[in-house]
Amino acid sequence: MATINLSRDSRRWIVYSVIILVVGIMWIFVSRVPVGNSVEAVPPSAPREGFIAPDFTLDLAGGGDVTLSELRGKVVLVNFWASWCPPCREEMPAIEKIYNAFEPLGLVVLAVNVTNQDSEAAAIAFAKEFGLTFPIPLDRKGDVGARYQLRGLPNSYFIDRNGTIRSVVVGGPMAEALIQSKIENLLKESE
Amino acid sequence: MLPYLRLGPFLLPLASLSLLIGVWLGSWIAEKRALRIGIKSDLISNLIFIGLIAGLIGARVAYAARYINAYISNPLSLFALTPDTLSIPEGLMIGLFAAFLYGQRKKLGIRLALDALAPALAVFLVFQGLAHLLSGDAFGTPSDTLWSIYLWNEYRHPTQIYETLLAIIILFIILKYPLKLGSGRSFWLVIALSSAARLFIEAFRGDSTIWNGFRVSQIFALIVLAASLWMLYTWIDSTDEEKKGVSL
Repeated sequence: MATINLSRDSRRWIVYSVIILVVGIMWIFVSRVPVGNSVEAVPPSAPREGFIAPDFTLDLAGGGDVTLSELRGKVVLVNFWASWCPPCREEMPAIEKIYNAFEPLGLVVLAVNVTNQDSEAAAIAFAKEFGLTFPIPLDRKGDVGARYQLRGLPNSYFIDRNGTIRSVVVGGPMAEALIQSKIENLLKESE
Repeated sequence: MLPYLRLGPFLLPLASLSLLIGVWLGSWIAEKRALRIGIKSDLISNLIFIGLIAGLIGARVAYAARYINAYISNPLSLFALTPDTLSIPEGLMIGLFAAFLYGQRKKLGIRLALDALAPALAVFLVFQGLAHLLSGDAFGTPSDTLWSIYLWNEYRHPTQIYETLLAIIILFIILKYPLKLGSGRSFWLVIALSSAARLFIEAFRGDSTIWNGFRVSQIFALIVLAASLWMLYTWIDSTDEEKKGVSL
């Protein structure tokens, strides 16, 4: 029968290791979350992944208004843009193409114009120039932009059917494949 | 939190910049350590560079493979300069594999290489903590402690600060008290200390993935901690011949 001879140092090392691991296991038990609870008691709204998208109601270019929270059940892409912003101009045709392809499957695009830094006339001219068919909410006071903590343009938020932000893309232009992959993923997982 | 700095028409992504500084400083310190161990510093810098490039390409290709329809209709999107279309786990594996192949080709001893990389990893962990602080990622649970920070509409545990402070302590330990150079044990010490740090900090994280009430990252951290303690133990008596004999 084989015997194992351990030196005093080795035995001490094994004992210390076992103590460390036992303390680790105890810490995991102490810090566990009661089943059924999430880490956050109520998921707050904030403009980042994993949080409920901050709600807003805005007038639309061309009439009417839109409330984000009323779009629960649909996948929503909220894109902040201005007519003078070159990357916004570059990515808008891709957004329009994706919208046309996926709107029948439950995609809503809200292309929020930061009207406080632009003008309503310029926004409407921009939409005509690119043949945009999705709703264009107008953030006239800039308070929605402030709620979304905009630091630059464009900014895009991919929101799932439960109203949770799943992905944020700061800056642009977004590649068409990026937009399509994010949208496909959200539409697929919530089918 | 300051994820971006506006410079005229440009937005400077400070969190990504912090990670880049971490890689650069880490590479520099790994080269110094390599010289002390007795291996050519350019071997280590090439190992890091090849691992990074292969990892980046692998992460993009893996993402494209997952969303193949999107990339077949827009193949140029493969070259888009965005971190949003990278598949990190696959990229990490491909990067490690490429570095492994490079090390094997250059007959670089695995223990020597790991020892040279140990302080680089510790430096990177400090800058990763700073990147989380700048971006607001890896945030804490709501808290009313005196030192809580206001983030994402709540006062929260400053887990990013905990993370950075513990990483600084790990870096101090690894620089001040390195285990026998060339034994490869310094690397496992960094892994053991950082997994213990993660095991501790995860309890205060507000973005943990929960499985049956347990935080998944804590369970992974415990497994990594056990494995690294085992490696620290089994590599304790290596001789120089053994070190040279075990090549990548």
